[in-house]
Amino acid sequence: MTGKEYRTITDVKGPLVFLNKTEPVAFGEIVTIRLEDGSIKNGQVLDTSDDLVIVQVFEGTAKIDRTAGVTFMGDVFKLPVSKDLVGRILDGAGRPRDGGPDIVAEENADIIGAAINPFSRQSPHDFIQTGISAIDCCTTLVRGQKLPIFSASGLPHNDIALQIARQAKLKGSDEQFIVVFCAMGITAEEYNFFRSDLERTGALENAALFVNLADDPAVERIITPRLALTAAEYLAFEHDYHVLVIYTDMTNYCDALRQIGAAREEVPGRRGYPGYMYTDLAMLYERAGIVKGKKGSITQFPILTMPGDDITHPIPDLSGYITEGQIVISRELHQQGIYPPINVLPSLSRLMGSCIGADTTREDHKSVSDQMYAAYAQGRELRGLVAIVGEDALNERDKQLLDFSGVFEDRFLRQSRDEDRSIDETLDLCWELMSSIDTKYLVRLDQKWIEKYHPENKA
Amino acid sequence: MSKEGVIYRISGPVVTATGMSAGMYDVVRVGNEGLMGEVIELHGDKAVIQVYEDTSGIRPGEPVINTGETLSVSLGPGLLTQIYDGIQRPLPTLEEVMGVFITRGVDADAFDLEKKWTFEAVMEKGAAVEGGQVIGHVQETETIVHKIMVPPTMSGVIKNIKSGDFNVTETVCTLEDGSEIQMMQKWPVRTPRPYRQKYAPDTPLITGMRILDFLFPLAKGGAAGIPGPFGSGKTVTQQSLAKYSDAQIVVYIGCGERGNEMTEVLDEFPHLIDPNTGKPLMNRTVMIANTSNMPVAAREASVYTGITIAEYFRDMGYDVALMADSTSRWAEAMREISSRLEEMPGEEGYPAYLSSRIAEFYERAGRVETKNGDDGSVTVIGAVSPPGGDISEPVSQGTLRIVKVFWGLDAGLARQRHFPAINWLNSYSLYPQSLNQWFRDNIAQDFPEIRTQISGLLQIEAELQEIVQLVGSDALPVDQQLTLEVARMIREFFLQQNGFHDVDAYCDIHLQYSMSKAILSFQEAAKSAMAAGAQLNDVVNVPARTTLMRGRFEKGYIDTIDDMVKSMIDEIADTVEDN
Repeated sequence: MTGKEYRTITDVKGPLVFLNKTEPVAFGEIVTIRLEDGSIKNGQVLDTSDDLVIVQVFEGTAKIDRTAGVTFMGDVFKLPVSKDLVGRILDGAGRPRDGGPDIVAEENADIIGAAINPFSRQSPHDFIQTGISAIDCCTTLVRGQKLPIFSASGLPHNDIALQIARQAKLKGSDEQFIVVFCAMGITAEEYNFFRSDLERTGALENAALFVNLADDPAVERIITPRLALTAAEYLAFEHDYHVLVIYTDMTNYCDALRQIGAAREEVPGRRGYPGYMYTDLAMLYERAGIVKGKKGSITQFPILTMPGDDITHPIPDLSGYITEGQIVISRELHQQGIYPPINVLPSLSRLMGSCIGADTTREDHKSVSDQMYAAYAQGRELRGLVAIVGEDALNERDKQLLDFSGVFEDRFLRQSRDEDRSIDETLDLCWELMSSIDTKYLVRLDQKWIEKYHPENKA
Repeated sequence: MSKEGVIYRISGPVVTATGMSAGMYDVVRVGNEGLMGEVIELHGDKAVIQVYEDTSGIRPGEPVINTGETLSVSLGPGLLTQIYDGIQRPLPTLEEVMGVFITRGVDADAFDLEKKWTFEAVMEKGAAVEGGQVIGHVQETETIVHKIMVPPTMSGVIKNIKSGDFNVTETVCTLEDGSEIQMMQKWPVRTPRPYRQKYAPDTPLITGMRILDFLFPLAKGGAAGIPGPFGSGKTVTQQSLAKYSDAQIVVYIGCGERGNEMTEVLDEFPHLIDPNTGKPLMNRTVMIANTSNMPVAAREASVYTGITIAEYFRDMGYDVALMADSTSRWAEAMREISSRLEEMPGEEGYPAYLSSRIAEFYERAGRVETKNGDDGSVTVIGAVSPPGGDISEPVSQGTLRIVKVFWGLDAGLARQRHFPAINWLNSYSLYPQSLNQWFRDNIAQDFPEIRTQISGLLQIEAELQEIVQLVGSDALPVDQQLTLEVARMIREFFLQQNGFHDVDAYCDIHLQYSMSKAILSFQEAAKSAMAAGAQLNDVVNVPARTTLMRGRFEKGYIDTIDDMVKSMIDEIADTVEDN
């Protein structure tokens, strides 16, 4: 069917092109559109019937007229994958962006990707040390997890993502992750920041970048993460790599989804986003994991900026229902000058229970993490009370907890952008900080750990 | 019109075919690969089909074949311990055929058709039987006897019946009219299985979770909704229910949820022991996993597949509990299909028939007299995932209108690490009236009164907390401060329960009663001690109370708790003399 060019466009609307009287066209088939000036645009079939075909054009529909020639390529969208993807920079549609040669395919992989059979999955249980205390202690990351960063505009989520990418390793192993970085609608400035950081640390050689910038076609963003994940799956499950996928910014992705929905005159769900956004996001996020019989793994770090810092906005909301926890960045902490400004209270790692303890991190980890969390939560709550009744009205216990919440932020959360704390250092720091509270108030700590780890008893 | 038509249009999971004779809900095979689909709308010559597998690459003009059957599940020995996708294909078989990724166009039998089961006839030649009557037994797992029933559509006089080893497709019984009965039967998923009559529920489903059994009990044959925002513990609650509730059969539907969560269940259940029988939990469990990235139409079907299997075991006279996590994903699947059909939307884009579909589903719960004259029940517990945790949305509202038990999960409690994060102020159960007699007869005469006292204290606490927010707790009179302490004890000692702790995860209903009595004993002892001049602080801090509260993490607590309460009362009395 390839080669036959149709000039039967009837309507052009937003990113969509409608044409009629074609031979049977497959659902999801790839399309090229040749304009009068010889330039080529790419698209994909969204709806097909004997009478009408709807094509979604990735590069935008500017200059498409009814005389443009449309060719159906006879196949669904595939990415040429190869081990050589590592170290390359591609654009949002998978073409080289670094001036290098085309990727020589070892295989052409369908970018939609198939669902992993839940029966074939292996439960993630390998602790990843990120070197960031707040994450390692309170929202522990596990290999094969999908843990998004819920941030907002003007916050240093990119720094945190990069620090994780630089420092992430298995405890007691130097095995590096391959980073697959996927940019969706971020600014050139942000992209340069990522790239130069990866270059500076030499990580670029171990990374594959898929880049769609803010001035690139919005619709292309729909396929960019699918390309990145297809590459990640290939590297993880065919070449045994442990892959860390960072994608930013999911909010731009969802907005592109909304744009197409609107152009198709679909019935919108909340805030105009399509009703199938949950399923659509799941098709990305669920591509994280480990499968039986394969050595590699895919760990995902999606970054999304919450519009108006609102965690109930459909994008973070639907993401939270799919991902295995979230790391929430706080504007308040950022304004206090604390880096990384991670608010541990609404943050969560659902898989944490499976990867902490004597065999992996340390026997006291659970107990310490619970106590740190509880003490900080109570301390934070007391701040509100102090604002009303004054500090003098507090009893001894409350005073200690209030002070602790300050130390927690200042010494536990705060660390520099290149400070790589081991899990032992993090937990020892916890004990040191908790020793400012009278032991009898530390009810969540097991007595045997107090005897073993409390600075008083250690000395 | 023939059985075979051609594809006219493809739009995502919705395919339109022409030139084919079809009825509503007929199962069809779509395209050259024979993808499974179901007719959901007819427009003149055109049949609109929802396809249960990915439709990429399918073209107009490819064939569509009508099988003439409606979407059905296979029912028979071999169901238990299985894990299925939404259209009853066993996932382990799919792995064998396709590898770790689920591709398409593969059909798989619901269970091993070759395996021989030992059939033991319980009816004799010449007996008159009707649909639903039990004609024989098969020991399916260590704990469960699978009862072979006459398919609901058949009846007659037994001409021949034989015990022995058979596979599920071999005839074990012949009727006078020549119809043959095999151990496997099929039933269309969208049609409720018949029963003689529905009873009012009068027995609680004991779950081992204190807040549920004690404050908001669910009856066997009842329906409950668990709405909650993400991270509030819906899935953990559902899994605890699947593990510990005293149902004889559990059907667990993972509908549009996380793949890793299903894996966790799969890893964990074979190693867990059913507290009621002492045998592995897997022996009584059927699982259906259609994760969020598996085809959306199969997600829509998964809920029906699950409830039909549940009804089948109910018809054998078992108490069945069905967990659906999450019904919101099921509703979203309906919304997605509806929007592809370009139907006029109702609220928030959901189809106008959303609430009636939800009601029909929950209505398939119930305690019934089976066709065999036994007592069986299906209890349905549906998780709801309201966007932003706001339960004013259509799925939550549609659910609350029909269920009698509402366990409201609360993000605030989850953030305080109060688990299970069920809000005791806005949750409710409408069953206590009908269950009180059971509690009186089986646990304690004063059980309902104790419950009223405990929930009363929690109400008072909520009111007092409002004052405390303004003036601090020291400003309250001591008796009210004591009330706050007692309420805190209820929350921390009784309502909080660690679902991952070996001992605490499951709390016997008798122990629940003892624990609640212990709290009231503390209140009473403290009151009289303070009336005699004891200080609140001393009363609260007696060591025996801490021992009592810690005790719930120890084995054999039910035997020691009474002594612990006695020492606590003694120590509290001693605080009077200290002053």
